[in-house]
Amino acid sequence: MDELRINEIVAAVLRELESQGLLPTTSVPTSPASVPGTSAAIPVAKPPRMDVGQLNIDLPDPALEAQRYLPRVHNPKDPAALKELIACTPARIGVGRSGPRTRTASLLLFQGDHAITQDALYRDVDQKLLDDYSLFSVQTNVTEGKEQYLLRPDLGRQLSEDAKKTLAQRCVRNPNVQLVVGDGLSASAIESNLRLIMPVLLQGFQSAGLTVGTPFFVKYCRVGVMNDIGDLLQPEVLILLIGERPGLGRAESMSAYMGYKPHAGNNDADRDVICNIFEKGGTNPMEAGAFIVQFAQKMRQYQASGVKLKLAAK
Amino acid sequence: MLLRTKLHGKTYEFPDIRLLMGKANEEKSGDQLAGVAALSAAERIAARLVLAEVPLWALRENPAMPYEQDEVTRVIQDAVDETVYSEIKGWTVGELREWLLADSTSEENIRRVSNGLTSEIVAAVTKLMSNLDLIYAAHKIHVTAHCANTIGAPGTLASRLQPNHPTDLPEAIRAEIYEGLSYGAGDSVIGINPSDDSYSSVSRLLDMTYDVIKTWQIPTQNCVLAHVTTQMKCLQSGSPVGLVFQSISGSQKGCESFGISVGMLDEAYELAKKHCVPAGPNFMYFETGQGSALSADAHNGWDQLTLEARNYGLAKRYHPFQVNTVVGFIGPEYLYDARQIQRAGLEDHFMGKLSGVPMGVDACYTNHARADQNSIENLAVLLTAAGCNYFMAIPMGDDSMLSYQTTSYHDTPSLRQLFNARPAAEFEAWLDSIGLMKNGVLTELAGDPTFFLKRGAG
Repeated sequence: MDELRINEIVAAVLRELESQGLLPTTSVPTSPASVPGTSAAIPVAKPPRMDVGQLNIDLPDPALEAQRYLPRVHNPKDPAALKELIACTPARIGVGRSGPRTRTASLLLFQGDHAITQDALYRDVDQKLLDDYSLFSVQTNVTEGKEQYLLRPDLGRQLSEDAKKTLAQRCVRNPNVQLVVGDGLSASAIESNLRLIMPVLLQGFQSAGLTVGTPFFVKYCRVGVMNDIGDLLQPEVLILLIGERPGLGRAESMSAYMGYKPHAGNNDADRDVICNIFEKGGTNPMEAGAFIVQFAQKMRQYQASGVKLKLAAK
Repeated sequence: MLLRTKLHGKTYEFPDIRLLMGKANEEKSGDQLAGVAALSAAERIAARLVLAEVPLWALRENPAMPYEQDEVTRVIQDAVDETVYSEIKGWTVGELREWLLADSTSEENIRRVSNGLTSEIVAAVTKLMSNLDLIYAAHKIHVTAHCANTIGAPGTLASRLQPNHPTDLPEAIRAEIYEGLSYGAGDSVIGINPSDDSYSSVSRLLDMTYDVIKTWQIPTQNCVLAHVTTQMKCLQSGSPVGLVFQSISGSQKGCESFGISVGMLDEAYELAKKHCVPAGPNFMYFETGQGSALSADAHNGWDQLTLEARNYGLAKRYHPFQVNTVVGFIGPEYLYDARQIQRAGLEDHFMGKLSGVPMGVDACYTNHARADQNSIENLAVLLTAAGCNYFMAIPMGDDSMLSYQTTSYHDTPSLRQLFNARPAAEFEAWLDSIGLMKNGVLTELAGDPTFFLKRGAG
C-alpha cells in the first residue's frame, strides 16, 4: 500500500470521527493532498473545549436498600403499584429492560453483588482479627490452597497431623465448652460477626459457670472437622463458627454448628446449627451468641445434640 | 477382555468397561473425586481410541449397575426395542457417532435407533463427541410434547417461569409471576421450588398459580416442585396440578436417597394421568444433574456422565412433558468451572434428546464455582443453537430461595430474537392477544409487572 493511499484512509477515518463528535479538536494535521478534490483542509468550527478536570462523578452505593429497589421500568402502567410489587419480594423485579436486555444499573448491581461473593470466597480471614482474640491457627489436610479446598471437601474435614500436635500441646482437655472458628466459604462472614459474637459467648459461658477450652482458628475448614477436634480435645459441647457459602450480594452470613461430645462417624443429624447469622436482616450475631449459650446448657442437660436432642427434649 | 491401544509410542491398557468409560470423559472434578478420571490428557484420548472400537453389545452387557440389583437398570434394559437393537448391536461406538452426524441420517432414523439404545450406549457416544458435535447432533433431533401447550416444536424456545421466594409468600410469588409473564416467560411451566414441602403450603401455591392461569386464560401448566409424595397428596385432594415433578437419579440407590422408587413414580404417573388439569398426554417433569449419584455414594464406581444418561433412560418411561438438567447447581466438587459446566450442559442436552425425552436446561452456577453470568449466557446461546426446548426464567437470574444464579427473565426473549425463535405456539397466540408480543418481539407494554394488575387478580 503506498503512502498516498494510507493518507487517504487516515483522513477518511478522521473525518468520520469528527462528524460523530468523537474527536475533541480539529487540530490534527491532515495533508491537503490526502483529501481528494480539495486543495486545502476543510475548515471546521472548533467545538467548546471540554475540561476533564471538571468531571465530577461521586456515586451513592448501589447496594444500599434505597438504591437497590428503585423501580426501573419505563412508563409503567401503575407506578405506585410497581413500588408495592418491588417491596413485597427480595427478588429483583421491576428492573425494566433495554430491548430484551437488562438496564445498565441492574446489570452492574448484579455484577457488584457477584463480585463481593467471589472476593469473600478466595480471601483469607484478617490476621489482626484472629490476633485480637488470641486465636492461633491450625490447618486441615488441605495443603494446596482454596482450589483444593473447594475440590476436596473430604480433606477439609480432617485435621492435619501438625494441627493435631499443636492442639495437643496448646489446648486444655475436657472443657465444658470448646469454641472453634473456621473460615469455611467466606472470610467476610467471620470478619463481620466475630467481634460481635465473641464477647457475648465468652461472657455468657462465664456467667453460666462453664469452663471454656482454648479457642483457635481452623484454616480451610469444613463442618466435619468437628469430629477430629472432638476426638482429640474431648469437650462436652463443641461450637464451630464458620463462614457460609456466599449468596449473591451477601458474603457476611455465618453459621454456628454445635455438637455434644462429637466424635468420628458423626454427621449432620448429630449436630445443631444456627445459620444466617449477620446484622440487619439475619439472626443478629449478639442474639445468636446468647442463644448459643442457652443451647449449650440444654445440650449438657440432656447430654445430646441433633436429632437425639430433639427426641430427648420432647 | 483386552482394552488396549498405543498413542504416540506409549501403551495404554484399561482393565474394564467401567474405567474405560470414566477415563474417556472430558475433564470433570467429579470424576476425579470418584477416582475414575484419566490421569493424563493422553490417557484420556487413549481411552477414547479404545472406546470408539467397542461394539454396542458390549455396553448393553455391561450396565453400570447389574440388572438383578438395580431397578433403574431394569427399566432401561426392558425398554429396549429388540428388533432395532439386533440391527445395530454390532456397530462400534465410533460408527454410531458418524452415523448420527451423517447427512444421510434423518431425524426419523435417529428416533427409531434411539429405541434400541441403552443409557450406557448413549453415554459412550457422547464421550466421543466434541462440543460442536453435541450441538450439531442435538439440533437434528426434535422431541415435542403436549400438556396445555406444545413444547419443543422446531423454531420455538420456551422458558420455565421460576418465581421462587425464601418463605413461599404467595403475594411475593404472584408479583414475580407477573414480572415474568410480562417478559413472555412461562410457556414451559410456571414452576415454584417451595421452601416448605408441607401439603398445606404446596396446595396453597397450586391454587394461587392456577388462579393466575385461569384469570388470564394462559395456555400453560403450573407445578410446585415439592417431593412427589406431597404432589400425589395434592392430586388426590383435588388441587389443580399441571405437571407432576420429581428429581431423579441414575441408580436405584440414588433414587432411594431422594426418597423415591420406580413403583412410586409409576403410581405418581397414574395419578397424574387421572387428575392433572391440562389435556396432556404428557404430565411429568423431571430434573437431573451430573454428580447427584456420586454425592449420594450411589454411583457404583461409575462416572457421572454415564449415571446422568441413565436418568434419561428412566425419565423416558413416563413420557414426560419436560426434563431438564440443573447443570451447575451441584457445585465445584463435581463440575469445577465454567468450562466443565458448559461441557456438561451440552452433553446432558444431547443425551436427553438422543434418549427421546423433551430436554430443557437450567444453565446455572453456584457462587463457589469458577463461573459467572457471562459463562451461562454463553451456554444458553450454544444450547439455543442446539435446539434446546426451554431455559429457566428468574428475576435477573438470581434465585432468592435456592441461592444460585441461572438465566434471567431477559434471556429467553433475547435468545428468541437472536435465533428467530418463537414461544410455544399457543403461548405466543396468547401473548399476541393481550398485546405483549407482536411478530415474535416484545411490545412496548412488555417488561411491566403492573400490566397484570388490571383484571383484579391481585
